[in-house]
Amino acid sequence: MASAFEYAPAPESRSVVDIAPSYGLFIDGEFTEAADGKVFKTVSPSTEEVLSEIAQAGEADVDRAVKAARKAFEKWSALPGSERAKYLFRIARIIQERSRELAVLETLDNGKPIKETRDADLPLVAAHFFYYAGWADKLDHAGFGANPRPLGVAGQVIPWNFPLLMLAWKIAPALATGNTVVLKPAETTPLSALFFADICRQAGLPKGVVNIIPGYGDAGAALVEHPDVNKVAFTGSTAVGKAIARQVAGTEKKVTLELGGKGANIVFDDAPIDQAVEGIVTGIFFNQGQVCCAGSRLLVQESVQDELLDSLKRRLSTLRLGDPLDKNTDIGAINSAEQLSRITSLVDQGEAEGAERWSPACELPSSGYWFAPTLFTNVTQAHTIARDEIFGPVLSVLSFRTPDEAVAKANNSQYGLSAGIWTEKGSRILAVASKLRAGVIWANTFNKFDPTSPFGGYKESGFGREGGRHGLEAYLDV
Amino acid sequence: MPTSPKLSASLDQGGAPSHALGDVAASDSTLRRFLHGLPGVDTVGLEARAASLGTRSIKTTAKAYAIDLAISMVDLTTLEGADTPGKVRALGAKAVHPDPTDRTTPSTAAVCVYPDMVATAKEAVAGSGVKVASVATAFPAGRAALDVKLADVRDAIAAGADEIDMVIDRGAFLAGKYMKVYDEITAVKEACGTSARLKVIFETGELSTYDNIRRASWLGMLAGADFIKTSTGKVAVNATPANTLLMLEAVRDFRAQTGIQIGVKPAGGIRTTKDAVKFLVLVNETAGADWLDNHWFRFGASSLLNDLLMQRQKLATGRYSGPDYVTVD
Repeated sequence: MASAFEYAPAPESRSVVDIAPSYGLFIDGEFTEAADGKVFKTVSPSTEEVLSEIAQAGEADVDRAVKAARKAFEKWSALPGSERAKYLFRIARIIQERSRELAVLETLDNGKPIKETRDADLPLVAAHFFYYAGWADKLDHAGFGANPRPLGVAGQVIPWNFPLLMLAWKIAPALATGNTVVLKPAETTPLSALFFADICRQAGLPKGVVNIIPGYGDAGAALVEHPDVNKVAFTGSTAVGKAIARQVAGTEKKVTLELGGKGANIVFDDAPIDQAVEGIVTGIFFNQGQVCCAGSRLLVQESVQDELLDSLKRRLSTLRLGDPLDKNTDIGAINSAEQLSRITSLVDQGEAEGAERWSPACELPSSGYWFAPTLFTNVTQAHTIARDEIFGPVLSVLSFRTPDEAVAKANNSQYGLSAGIWTEKGSRILAVASKLRAGVIWANTFNKFDPTSPFGGYKESGFGREGGRHGLEAYLDV
Repeated sequence: MPTSPKLSASLDQGGAPSHALGDVAASDSTLRRFLHGLPGVDTVGLEARAASLGTRSIKTTAKAYAIDLAISMVDLTTLEGADTPGKVRALGAKAVHPDPTDRTTPSTAAVCVYPDMVATAKEAVAGSGVKVASVATAFPAGRAALDVKLADVRDAIAAGADEIDMVIDRGAFLAGKYMKVYDEITAVKEACGTSARLKVIFETGELSTYDNIRRASWLGMLAGADFIKTSTGKVAVNATPANTLLMLEAVRDFRAQTGIQIGVKPAGGIRTTKDAVKFLVLVNETAGADWLDNHWFRFGASSLLNDLLMQRQKLATGRYSGPDYVTVD
C-alpha cells in the first residue's frame, strides 16, 4: 500500500472531439471565410495550445449575416409555433446526444473543469432548448396578449465564461418566438458556438435562421449598430453594456443587458454551517469565480465569523486545482492571459489597501493561466475588492452584527444581480430577501440555475430578464 | 500537463481542546441546550455534497490502494439467528486470509458476532491481529433493562471481545430523554473498561432527521464512544453517504474542540467496491487522512468483502473472475 490516498489522474478522453485546424463564419447555413480574410487563433487556457484558427468577422461580414437573418425571418416567423418547436426539440436532443463531445470541447476552449461542463453546463444547455421549445406553440397563452409578434433580427453578443450556455439562453427564446439570430461569441471561446452551427445543420434548421460570427469587440459593435437589427441582447461587462446602451439610445431597437455583479452571500449565525461553507465555495469558486452572479462578497455575522472562516479555510485546502480534463479537478484555468492579469492587479490592489490575503498551499501548473483560490479578510466596504467585480476565484469577507446591517451592506453596491441568504429561520429568509435589491436571491444554496427561472439584474447589473416566461417578453412585440 | 496534487492542508486541526465540553452533561437541561445549539443541517445541501463527492473518479493506483484499505477496514459480520460455531469459524478464517489464492491480501479489521459466539470467533482469529467485535446491549432493538444490557456486555468482554457495538435506546432519544441515553452509554463504556473499544450505534434510519443524527453523534462522543456507527443493518435505511458524511463532520469538529479523535463506522447496505470507494473519498475529504486507517474507520458489511476481492483480482490479473473465485462464508 502507498502511504496516502492520492487520486490517480482520471482524464476524460479528448478523442471524442474532432477539432478542425480552421473554421469559417457560419452565415446563411454555410461556413465562409471573412470578407477581408482575417483570422485569429483560439487557445486552450490550461496549456496555451493553439486549438484552431477562426475566421474573424468584420463589418462586411456582420452585414452579410444580418441580411441572411433578415431574409430567413420572413419564412421562419411565418411558421406555426409547433413547427418551430420541432426544430428546437431536435436541437435539444442532438445536444444531449453530443453532450460528451461538447463538454470536452468547452473544457478545452474555456479552461473550466470537465466536471462542470459535464454536470452543469451541458444539461442546462439542453434544458433551455427543451424549455423554450415547449413555449413555441403557446405564445398566445404566455400572458402577453393574443398573437404576440416576433421582433425580427436579434443581434446577440455573448461572453466567454459559459460559452454554450449563454448561447442557449440567447438563441432558444429568440427562435421559439420566431426571431432569427446573428450571434457573436467571445474571441477566446468561439468553438462551441461553431459546433452549434453544425448542430443547426444536423437539425435541418432553415438557412439563415441562426448565423454565428466569431470576432472581436469591433464585430460586436457593428452588430449592435446595424440598422437592420431589431433586438440587441448582450451579456458581458458593465463597461461594454454602457457603451451598447449609448449606441442603441434613440433607436427603435429593443435591448436587454446582463452585466456585472458583486453578489453578497449573507451567512447568519444560525445557518447550517457545513452547508453554508459548501455554498460559499460554490458561490465563488464555481467556474473559477468567472460568473457574473458569483457570491464574491461574503457577509458573515460576527458571532460565527471565526468558526466559519476556519471551516472555509479547511475546505479550500481540499480543492483540487489542475488539468481541467481530469474528472477530479475542482478548479480549472483562468480563461485568458488578459483576465488573469486583471485578477492579479485587483488582488494586488486589495493587499495594497490593507486587506489580508489567504490562499491554501497550492501548486500551479507551469503552463497556462492559473490563479489559486484566494480569500481576503479585514475587508471593508471602502476597499476596491469589496466594490469592483474581480471575475476570478477571489472572495472578500466582510462581517455584520444585525440583519439590518447585513441588508445595508449587501445593497451598498453599484451592482444588483444576485445574493444568498443562509439561515435556518424561514421567516428571516423572507424578511431579508424582500429588502435585498438583487435579481436572483438564493436561500441556503447558491449558483443554482433552471430554465424556468428568470435571471437578470438591478442597477449596473443590467436590465431585462432571461429565462422563464419573462425571457420570452424580450423577443416579442408586446 | 502535470496535474497538481490536491492543495495540501494548511490548517492544524489537532492540539489542545479550545473549549471545555466537560460540563455540558451536568444536567438534562444543559445537555439538551448544547445538543439543540449545534448548527442545523440543511438536507438538500448535505445530500448534494455527498453526491458530488461520489463523482470522484478513482482509478488505477488510487483504486488499488482504496481496495486494500477498504478490505483492511471491514468488520466481517454475521448477525443471524441461524449462526453456528462452524459458520463463525469459517468467517474467522476468511477474515484472516480473505483471499486464500493471494496472500498479499490484507486481513479484515475484525469479525463481528453476537456475544455467545465471541469465544468461538476469538479462537478462529487467534494470533492474527484480527479483532473480535460483538454487538451487545440487546442488539438490535436495544429494548431491555440497563442491567440486562450491561450483563450482555460483560458476557461478551469475558469471552474476549475486543470491541463492543452497542445500540442506543432510540425510544428515549426520540422522546428527548438525552440524559437517559447519555447515562446508558457511560455505563456501557465503564463496563468496557480498558479491555474493549466502544462503538455506539444510532440506527440513523430510525432517528429520521439529519439534525437528530448530528445530535446523536455529539451525544455519543460526549458520553465516551470510541466509535460512532450509523446503523445495525437490520432496518430499511442503513448507512448512506449523506449520514456518514454528517458523522464525519461531527468527529472532525469534536476533535477540533476537544483534541479527542473518534472513529466512524457506516454499517449496512454497502455492498460494492464502488460504494466503499465513495465512502473512503468522503473520509478523505471530510474528516481527513487521519481517519484513513482501520483504527478510525470501519465498514460494517458482510457481502462487501467478496466484491472487493473480485475487484482486487481483476486489477491484479486484468480479468474479472466471478463469484466462484472467492469463498462463500
